[in-house]
Amino acid sequence: MKDTDFIQNILASEKIGTVNLLRSFLDEVHITVAGADFTKACALLHNRLSSPVMMFFAEDLREQSGSFALNCVFLSMQMQSWREMFGIEPSGNPDLRSLRLHDEIWPKGYYPLRKDFAAPREKISDRPRYLFKRVDGEGIFEVPVGPVHAGIIGPGHFRFSTAGEPIISLELRLGWTHRGIEKLLEGKSIPEAIKIFERISGDTAFGYSMAFCLAVEKAQGIDVPLRSQLIRVLCLELERLYNHANDMGGIALDVGFSFPAQFASLIKEAFLQLNDAVCGSRYLKGVNIVGGTLLDIDTVKSALIRTTLTKIRKDFCTLEEMLLSSVSFMDRADATGILRTKTARDLGVTGLAARASGIGLDTRNVFPDIYRSLSFKTAKEQTGDVAARLKVRCSEVTESLGLIQQCLQKLAICDPHKKRTAIEKSGAALGCVEAWRGPVLVWTRLDTAEKIERCKIVDPSFHNWEGLSYAVLGNIIPDFPLCNKSFDLSYPGNDL
Amino acid sequence: MNFRILKNSITKGRITLPLDPAGIVASPEIESLGAELKRMIHANFGRSFHIREVDTGSCGACESEIIACSNPMYDIQRFGIDFVASPRHADALLITGPVSKNMKLALKKTYEAMPGPKFVISLGDCAKGGGLFKDSYYTCGGVENVLPVTLHIPGCPPSPLVIMRTLLAFLHEGVVK
Repeated sequence: MKDTDFIQNILASEKIGTVNLLRSFLDEVHITVAGADFTKACALLHNRLSSPVMMFFAEDLREQSGSFALNCVFLSMQMQSWREMFGIEPSGNPDLRSLRLHDEIWPKGYYPLRKDFAAPREKISDRPRYLFKRVDGEGIFEVPVGPVHAGIIGPGHFRFSTAGEPIISLELRLGWTHRGIEKLLEGKSIPEAIKIFERISGDTAFGYSMAFCLAVEKAQGIDVPLRSQLIRVLCLELERLYNHANDMGGIALDVGFSFPAQFASLIKEAFLQLNDAVCGSRYLKGVNIVGGTLLDIDTVKSALIRTTLTKIRKDFCTLEEMLLSSVSFMDRADATGILRTKTARDLGVTGLAARASGIGLDTRNVFPDIYRSLSFKTAKEQTGDVAARLKVRCSEVTESLGLIQQCLQKLAICDPHKKRTAIEKSGAALGCVEAWRGPVLVWTRLDTAEKIERCKIVDPSFHNWEGLSYAVLGNIIPDFPLCNKSFDLSYPGNDL
Repeated sequence: MNFRILKNSITKGRITLPLDPAGIVASPEIESLGAELKRMIHANFGRSFHIREVDTGSCGACESEIIACSNPMYDIQRFGIDFVASPRHADALLITGPVSKNMKLALKKTYEAMPGPKFVISLGDCAKGGGLFKDSYYTCGGVENVLPVTLHIPGCPPSPLVIMRTLLAFLHEGVVK
């Protein structure tokens, strides 16, 4: 049975009449349903397909068809963002908090992503103050933390309620680094947009620019040469490696185990210097362009990567041994910050955090195509605690080092770059990249002048922050930094 | 118990590794810059210079480079520069990001919490004029629109060496006394 028929059958079983069902790209199926059936259809597909809801977004098509279009990508609390950005009132959604446009700052009635939006002139918000969930009872303490934290880190507000030592509720208030990126991208040319994508979340600069390029390439029908695809995989894995080194050190640092923490920071520095030597940027910026990469890996660079990685592989083993063989460290990491499989599934937790909670979801098995010609194992742990997230990182490091070796071997016998041109100018498509935190999704619609008409971005952090607020329940506040670092979620990626 | 710990530390001696993981090369410039930084900080700030960092909407790359300044290779703490947890302990405020409207109040409060004399350093291209984000509906268009800025460190992000060089050049100008 074709997958389109399969989806049709699922929808028909609940008497949802599809308006349109079509396969628009090799890896995208578009389902159109009537407005009244939207929520029901989304819930049905989330539960029945093996692909959870990954992205919810709206488009302002009032000029073309007289209404807003609501879109949902399957691969959820995302309805709030329609409400604040478009002024669409969802029915039956009890949570109406603003995610990014804070109540104290932004006046009522201004919806940035509407096409007729004009920035408000008055400076002061007329909306009531944001109210935190209150936990009442004898001996309950409320501990507010942030937005400015003690360390060198992004801003976020955490509201803990504790009974004695254990945390019984954690409410996250994010959005502090909101820069209006989705609106800013509208009307931008593709090279301008790539620059912005590289600055959405600095530690995933390559993942973001790659996801955007994949979306544009798919929409415009551009075939990317094999050589560029391999270079992209190589860079994406380098990004994964330096961030995993950073986090393994960070987890050690947050229990006060400074020797491995400093050791890991040197491994990260080695990667950053390697990145700089290979592509001229410590954070792999300026590599991706639509249709390929600006970077080529010649024999000199290839040899440099090989020798550096051989040394780094040894260092990673030392680091892993230092951490996993330390009884006092493992005592802190074991059974701390447990995210149960069911909770993770219900919240739609993705990426690394999901794999540590027993959900073997790695989009590299499907997107982009090139990964299917390379061999790697999907890391998976069952326990969902800090130790599990650390172990997933350890195994992913090994796999990434292997992937880079395979890329270098293939690059040595691969034809040189060929420039490909666009077939279509306009169109819409989804780009998906399994960056180090999890899948980064970018959906974009281009107009006939190759400018961006609408762009929707979802960072894995958007799903996973909610997972963190469940994982810390029952733990003590001093363990919060440890739990937080084991997820290592992005503030700017979530806030956009 | 205490005896065992003591015996352990005496018999094992100092446990250090040579700065060689992954064969990274420490640029000789770190040492020469550092020695000069140390001299200038000693003269200008009475031995040490304490910085409080605030992210007002950066992408995180600037933070990553500021943290890298403290890794064992650069280790700028040995030259007298320290990143502190509270604005009450700080001589200078180091600010990254184009200042998201949500962060404006928190930034001002952090500045007000600092004892004088104090000054502001902005770091990274979007902290000055908002960079790529200057046309956004939700940014204040750079730190200078919120607080008086004495020094700007350019770069996207500036590497640890650039941060050290810019700081040193600034101290040589003799603005802070």
